[in-house]
Amino acid sequence: MRHLMSPLDFSVDELDRLLDLADDIGQNPQKYAHACSGKKLATCFYEPSTRTRLSFEAAMLNLGGSVLGFSSADSSSAAKGESVSDTIRVISCYADICAMRHPKEGAPLVASQKSLIPVINAGDGGHQHPTQTLTDLLTIRSLKGHLGDLTIGLCGDLKFGRTVHSLINALIRYPGIRFVLISPEELRIPSYIREDVLTANNIPFTEAERLEDVMPDLDILYMTRVQKERFFNEEDYVRLKDFYILTKAKMDLARRDMLVLHPLPRVNEISVEVDDDPRAAYFRQAQYGVYVRMALILTLLEIEVSG
Amino acid sequence: MINISGIHEGFVLDHIQAGMSLRIYHDLKLDQLDCTVAIIKNARSSKMGKKDILKVECPIESLDLTILGFIDHNITVNVIKDDTVVSKMELHLPKQVKNVITCKNPRCITSIEQGLDQIFLLTDEKRQIYRCKYCEEKYRSSAR
Repeated sequence: MRHLMSPLDFSVDELDRLLDLADDIGQNPQKYAHACSGKKLATCFYEPSTRTRLSFEAAMLNLGGSVLGFSSADSSSAAKGESVSDTIRVISCYADICAMRHPKEGAPLVASQKSLIPVINAGDGGHQHPTQTLTDLLTIRSLKGHLGDLTIGLCGDLKFGRTVHSLINALIRYPGIRFVLISPEELRIPSYIREDVLTANNIPFTEAERLEDVMPDLDILYMTRVQKERFFNEEDYVRLKDFYILTKAKMDLARRDMLVLHPLPRVNEISVEVDDDPRAAYFRQAQYGVYVRMALILTLLEIEVSG
Repeated sequence: MINISGIHEGFVLDHIQAGMSLRIYHDLKLDQLDCTVAIIKNARSSKMGKKDILKVECPIESLDLTILGFIDHNITVNVIKDDTVVSKMELHLPKQVKNVITCKNPRCITSIEQGLDQIFLLTDEKRQIYRCKYCEEKYRSSAR
């Protein structure tokens, strides 16, 4: 029995197979409409997350399965002090697979150690969010046709953004990847990513402070939100915040086939005028998120659909 | 000078950094072992100035010294049998350290989950880096 805790749990070959399956699901949804008939997904969400939870639920419903679960710790036995280990033992009797989000880092790993059913980490604090990374990879591969030989711009909060760190770790396994890291000084990529991951693996990268300076170089622009509370003072925030807001004017500097991705929710870092640009891929990304979660559920439940 | 007699079977842990012997006593769980232990603090050492020494009289198979490699791989371990030193044990960094150090990350599941072992894994042998198995936070010795 396999679980998914980190995007790196899958080898590149396994990931290719998973993304192939997600592609096929996207192209032939009817073929998979009853693949999980009689199976149940438990969504154990100890903190609210509308998007991820609904994406998992939509994935299982699309496969003909059913869904049960809770959407906050208050409405679960955790409020009575039950441990994660005990909860998963009980959930194992109710469902066939579990997607768990927890504010404590490592909680899904604890669950997987006691679980009788596959556990998917649906986000554990600031640690891992592997299905977001799988979504990003599927989006890039589907819209670009490949995962190697790309210049990827990562923009915004590169210090605390776990999606960015996960994506870097996942993408360096493909040849010809270059990164352009665009952030204010305060939110630069941490040294354990810059040195231990990028430099240690000889991955070419440059750092920039202004988005417009690098727009023409990018194949992919991955936007994240710059939060005011991350700055030491208001002055710096006011000085820098506009550099990290994607506008139509900045899009005019980009290549015609560049893609804009964002893990969502978007607040104001992408101007709504960009939404109609064909290069804005962030809402399509949400659709790919459902396909990749469907592929993941089938893979972990070891269900093969023929024809 | 205090004289402490030799041991028939067991271990002599020499060149312990002065002041560290009690920590090692606890980390080796010697308090739970029914054996004779001599703790020598601040012994004179030409190499170290001051050092601690632990003498443990016990069957040699009854004590797991793996954790010593994590605490201080410069400790000399003499294995004693029939009143003589039969070997010197080389210390290595253990792949895993269980219930010796605790994770200081307040966001880690180990901070709330009952009965969960504190496990650290050796993730970079060259740089001697251990990370919490659950949250992957790096262990910093000053945090202990």
